[in-house]
Amino acid sequence: MEKPLTQNIKSDGSYCTLDEYRRNGGYEAARKAVLEMEPQQITQTVKDANLLGRGGAGFNTGMKWSFVDISDPNVQRYVIANGDEMEPGTFKDRMLLEGDPHQLIEGMIIAAKALQATKGYIFVRWAYKKAHRVIQQALDEAYQAGMLGNNIFGSNFSFELHLHTSVGRYICGEETALINSLEGKRANPRAKPPFPQISGLFGKPTIVNNVETYCNIPHIIKHGPVWYKSLSRSSEGGTKLYGVSGRVKNPGLWELPLGVTIRELLFDYAGGMQDGYKFRGLLPGGASTDFLVEEHLDTPMDFASVAKAGSRLGTGTMIVMDDQTCPVAFVHNLIRFFANESCGWCTPCREGLPWVEKVLEKIERGEGTEKDIDILRFHTKYLGPGNTFCALAPGAMEPLQSALKYFIDDFYRHIHEKKCPWKHE
Amino acid sequence: MLTEHEIKEIEKEIALYPVKSAACIEALKIVQQHRGWVPDEQIKDIAELLDMSYEEVDGVATFYNMIFRKPVGRNVIYVCNSVTCYMMGYESIYQTLSKKLGIKWGETTPDGRFTLLPNPCLGDCDHAPAMMVNHDHYNRLTPEKLDEILEKYK
Ligand SMILES: Cc1cc2nc3c(=O)[nH]c(=O)nc-3n(C[C@H](O)[C@H](O)[C@H](O)COP(=O)(O)O)c2cc1C
Ligand code: SF4
Ligand code: FES
Repeated sequence: MEKPLTQNIKSDGSYCTLDEYRRNGGYEAARKAVLEMEPQQITQTVKDANLLGRGGAGFNTGMKWSFVDISDPNVQRYVIANGDEMEPGTFKDRMLLEGDPHQLIEGMIIAAKALQATKGYIFVRWAYKKAHRVIQQALDEAYQAGMLGNNIFGSNFSFELHLHTSVGRYICGEETALINSLEGKRANPRAKPPFPQISGLFGKPTIVNNVETYCNIPHIIKHGPVWYKSLSRSSEGGTKLYGVSGRVKNPGLWELPLGVTIRELLFDYAGGMQDGYKFRGLLPGGASTDFLVEEHLDTPMDFASVAKAGSRLGTGTMIVMDDQTCPVAFVHNLIRFFANESCGWCTPCREGLPWVEKVLEKIERGEGTEKDIDILRFHTKYLGPGNTFCALAPGAMEPLQSALKYFIDDFYRHIHEKKCPWKHE
Repeated sequence: MLTEHEIKEIEKEIALYPVKSAACIEALKIVQQHRGWVPDEQIKDIAELLDMSYEEVDGVATFYNMIFRKPVGRNVIYVCNSVTCYMMGYESIYQTLSKKLGIKWGETTPDGRFTLLPNPCLGDCDHAPAMMVNHDHYNRLTPEKLDEILEKYK
């Protein structure tokens, strides 16, 4: 099984240095892209590979790039790597940032050439201190070796790349909020349109891609779209970093063909549930995805199949809920996170999430009524898609609405027994 | 007043952006690095340096949770309170820390040694429960492991 994304990740925790990276064929793709390929040709290759964005929304990366107007050489354009990774349950970009920084840098160089962008930023969340050090060291190495800066690889193309370390807040991961944050402002999202491809950082055309997305690019350029698509078990190209956390025997992170089933991940890789715990449900791709349950275990973990099952692949890092965890408390924990992290720009999100949190707390304490269920249901619509500036609030509603579907009996037990059945005094 | 050293570092950041105010977050980070937190007076100084109003800089400073507008202890403990760590028992980690240090969320020990804060997912979910002390990650925590960890921070 080929594992292009993680082939250089070492088990001792040290990062793959420039020398090691080059010894393994690193920067050959960037050299080829910079010296031999036309920008449109790079974008078309990425499009043909059907690489879908790994940040959660699953948009075709080459298609996104093709929206950038590259005709005027005097316009400043930017490429940005989104390494905010604050979605609870998500720990995949961390491995790529800490273990193989040059893979990311190479992917960004190729993107820069395709988009005729001469400046870029790697945006990394506050908590990933080791990644800050590793990325900075790798950037220094790449500048010294002439892969970043002026006239890279001896060409007439120049590309400057910087690290930006964040100072907290989940909303910074939303691409337009991230752009505001890079501009030194409060990280409120921007109204769209215009999309960043047209008007992004400092009003200039900008592409924001997830860290894992960029890491795929060198391999696509090196081996071509046909090879890339052959890595996958679905029509969506490539491999994917999949994670499992919760009460399983062997929680972890694996690079696997896109489209492995939930059952394989849960049992073959994560080893099944710990002794004494039973499976109840899971969020397939982080905190803002809908619950899936037993009947969905044979769903392939690709964007289209998980959507068909009623959820989203999201970040591909699943959170498993066991039978000794109270589903109301589980959802309450998630909603508290989203309520705290709301940027406060739109009323439904700013006012609605704390309200939902209070209602859930009340139900969990055993003081809820049947009417509270109606209030929760109302909010899943009111905070749903289309009513807010960004996807934070609709994302928050996904685990709630599906919990009300699959675990509604547990909500009613709290109401009727006037206590949390999971709490023993 | 900002120290000369602080001003120099901030000016280096200003040079990287097309507008001065874009260096605002970097400036706050620099001040916090030197002082542990960002006092009102330095908000004013940064505003002057970057041609911004006090309110603009304060608005940015209060938006981001890793910019401290109040003094914190010499060491800050960040306990992950997100969903996987909830299932894997962060509450017992918090209870134990709280009892040992005699403080609750958001408080600082009287000797100024520790501040205790909740923090969303630290990206360590496969080794939950997790926490950070200053820049260091700790995971697969149990209440028994905490004494040894706290010992390292004076
Ligand atoms: C509240 C919120 C948080 C987000 N956080 C992240 C994040 O941490 N990392 C990320 O890559 N994308 C995140 N996204 C998605 C980004 O807005 C954007 O779609 C993504 O970076 C695009 O990259 P991709 O096309 O490579 O997936 C977030 C979106 C929302 C609404
Ligand atoms: S949905 Fe919430 S987080 Fe998104 S812009 Fe509105 S208030 Fe901010
Ligand atoms: S939920 Fe605690 S580290 Fe991710």
